[in-house]
Amino acid sequence: MAEPAKSSLKVFRFDPDRDREPHFDTFEVPQREGLTVLEALFDILETQDGSLAFRYACRGAVCGSCAMYINGAYRLACQTQVAAFSSGELTVGPMPHFPVIKDLAVDMTEFFRKYERIMPFLVAQSAPPEKERVQTPEAREAIDEMVDCILCGCCYSSCPTVWTDKEYLGPAALTKAYRFLADSRDEAAGERLSIVAGGDGIWRCHTIFNCAEACPKRINPTWSIQQLKRKSALRRLSSWLIRSST
Amino acid sequence: MIYHQAIVVGGGMAGLRVAIEAGAQVDTALISLVHPVRSHSGAAQGGINASLGNAEGGKDDNWESHAFDTVKGSDYLADQNAAEILTKEAPERIFELEHWGVPFSRTEEGKIAQRPFGGAGFPRTCYAADKTGHVIMHTLFEQAVKRKIKVCPEWMALALVVEDGACRGVIALELITGRVEAFKAEAVILATGGAGRIYGHSTNGMIVTGSGMAIAYQAGMPLKDMEFIQFHPTSLYGTNILVTEGARGEGGYIVNNRGERFMQRYAPQAMELAPRDIVARAIQTEIEEGRGFEDAYVHLDLRHLGRERILERLPGIRDICMDFAGVDPIEKPIPIQPGQHYTMGGIDCNEAGETELRGLFAAGECACVTAHGANRLGGNSLLETVVFGKRAGEKAAQFVRGKEGAQAGDGAVLEALEKVRGKIAGLMEAEGGENHSAIRAQMKEMMTEKVGIFREEKAMTQALGRIKELQERYRRAQLTYKGNKFNLDLARCLELEGMLEVAEVIVSGAIARRESRGSHYRLDYRERDDENWLKHTIARRTPQGPQLSYRDVVITRWKPEARKY
Ligand SMILES: Cc1cc2nc3c(=O)[nH]c(=O)nc-3n(C[C@H](O)[C@H](O)[C@H](O)COP(=O)(O)OP(=O)(O)OC[C@H]3O[C@@H](n4cnc5c(N)ncnc54)[C@H](O)[C@@H]3O)c2cc1C
Ligand code: SF4
Ligand code: SF4
Ligand code: FES
Repeated sequence: MAEPAKSSLKVFRFDPDRDREPHFDTFEVPQREGLTVLEALFDILETQDGSLAFRYACRGAVCGSCAMYINGAYRLACQTQVAAFSSGELTVGPMPHFPVIKDLAVDMTEFFRKYERIMPFLVAQSAPPEKERVQTPEAREAIDEMVDCILCGCCYSSCPTVWTDKEYLGPAALTKAYRFLADSRDEAAGERLSIVAGGDGIWRCHTIFNCAEACPKRINPTWSIQQLKRKSALRRLSSWLIRSST
Repeated sequence: MIYHQAIVVGGGMAGLRVAIEAGAQVDTALISLVHPVRSHSGAAQGGINASLGNAEGGKDDNWESHAFDTVKGSDYLADQNAAEILTKEAPERIFELEHWGVPFSRTEEGKIAQRPFGGAGFPRTCYAADKTGHVIMHTLFEQAVKRKIKVCPEWMALALVVEDGACRGVIALELITGRVEAFKAEAVILATGGAGRIYGHSTNGMIVTGSGMAIAYQAGMPLKDMEFIQFHPTSLYGTNILVTEGARGEGGYIVNNRGERFMQRYAPQAMELAPRDIVARAIQTEIEEGRGFEDAYVHLDLRHLGRERILERLPGIRDICMDFAGVDPIEKPIPIQPGQHYTMGGIDCNEAGETELRGLFAAGECACVTAHGANRLGGNSLLETVVFGKRAGEKAAQFVRGKEGAQAGDGAVLEALEKVRGKIAGLMEAEGGENHSAIRAQMKEMMTEKVGIFREEKAMTQALGRIKELQERYRRAQLTYKGNKFNLDLARCLELEGMLEVAEVIVSGAIARRESRGSHYRLDYRERDDENWLKHTIARRTPQGPQLSYRDVVITRWKPEARKY
């Protein structure tokens, strides 16, 4: 019987506690139709090298566990077909600019800390009605894109401002902030705007669109950030107008 | 040792809802194998049921009708008091989710949108496009953040601590460091999800392995009705990623290789929207009788819905089809086959989440209350996570407050900790030469083949024998990686032990139940047999394997009758 065709994966390896610096290991994985990068990593884990570390959960591109840097682009390993790269090797690395825990698994503590800073929850001052709060389909549509975010970290990893400015909130947290600001039910616009317009927020964004390109869910954080900038500018203007008219 | 009054194990919708409730009253921490937002609840697509009557054609809906549909759908194995609670409390829980910020899709008047779902008399499934689980789970996590609930992500619970008939805590492994720690608590609430990955061809995420059921079982708790495994009719051929029932709710057709909408031969009234077990068996029959494609799948055709409706209502499904099957449903039919989907059974508990063991509670898919009986209706399990999650959290907090001041000593906790540490050290050193991944693969394939949609005594008896063999081989499992940090080899090996035990319970219950009911379909006993089998299976662990006993079903107002759609 002929050997099945193999795909070659060059995988980033690093254990900061043991290795002085990272290196790549190359593995051969049997090719088959539909094989995803995540499945290929499992093949390696189960049959070749049990020390490989990576994250996984849903295998269906909804949980955000398996974001990686694959052949020079941000991708979800479970959503990426090995066959999509017919020519030569596939290089699989962790998301850059996150501290590596081991191999492909990175430390997302800071990412989630910043998420928590923007008050990532609906704030309604008024008492809830007996039934649902009314929201028109149009108002609901306004948050459609932002609610898709799976907190995978791709945008954050790709953002040059995050690389250089440790406290910058970053595209994911800001997108989340806009998700609430744009929600017709939310009543904390002022407080939220003052967080995102503070020193670590929106005015640090240079509108470079790296984040939009990186997002596997086709979300455009830059756009959300621009909306936040607009709202924040308007708010400043109107409070200035109110002050100068009294 | 870490101490909290209440420890919730699991960060999916059930675990988060429990933590929100318990956390309001007592010191609560949540530990979870994955970060909560990675939990499998986030993959739920279609929606969550409540008789709100918001949809056109849903005006006459009420909770009694929802309860009846649930009971009928369960093939009368649901405890009717549980089905009543589930459905009666549904609207309140849904409005609460909405108030917390869940971005439900909306009707023209701005109310929560509802769609028809299988086995339901009215359109009562509330949805957010086809991303309902994702948005609810994120909202619940947001509420947990707001309430500053302590979350310990990437801790894998391995064993419960039991002393004097009470649960004293849980022993867990921190994946990132390899540290094994004891979490001492007055109350432990398990919310670890289903056991789908014991099967091949499963719609479940890869982390859905029944580990909470296994640790409860190993601690002496009975598992209930485990033979009832739901197979979803429409999973994507190849990866078995789910294609929501919502696709049929929106009007999708299922067709065989002759272009025939064959459901007219199986359920002429309900057609594609008959309950899952019926549609799954119909599809499997078509495939086995040669009317499928490549002897493996049939088509789910959405093309007649039109581009706009597909983009508006089923955008996630379209992405999944394109990414994972290379098919755009706007232009081509989707190749689908049945796949394992839901674990109706689970840890035996009552409507307050209480188990036999004082201080141990369960909620969500790992629990069996039982409101789903032999077949769960679509949209009822997300509902279960919030209705019974709230109740379990409430009861656990009440329990903790009731025993304030009466803290037990640390002896049993430390002993359990040493035992687990010893077990891991043993595994690290073992040199039996067996590859546990190979054992896992064989178990999955065998469960699908022999204990799947169609069952019979002979194949299942073989399956039971094979499981014993696999368990024997498991004792010689050898790890290839002995490091502490992020050791997936170790984690997956530990997980497999419980999977094999849960598999054994499923098969044993299935062999014993000589009738067909809901998802449990026996080729050798094709009829439902209320006289002998209108009862729950209770499986207890003994050194020789599961010991089965039975318990009556609670019937309040609906006499069992034939289930026709
Ligand atoms: C693809 C798919 C679509 C679905 N769609 C719908 C739908 O539209 N409507 C509906 O009603 N139902 C649906 N269901 C069913 C529903 O999603 C689940 O039943 C429900 O989400 C289960 O929630 P849970 O909180 O009990 O478990 P999960 O969400 O699975 O969470 C389990 C949690 O336990 C943790 N955990 C597991 N083991 C351990 C351990 N040993 N130690 C520590 N933590 C552990 C995990 O990390 C996770 O956080 C769907 C199911 C699938 C698979
Ligand atoms: S647009 Fe802003 S947030 Fe996005 S990558 Fe550029 S600087 Fe970062
Ligand atoms: S915006 Fe996109 S890239 Fe950023 S975290 Fe969310 S899903 Fe990931
Ligand atoms: S495993 Fe969930 S996004 Fe890839």
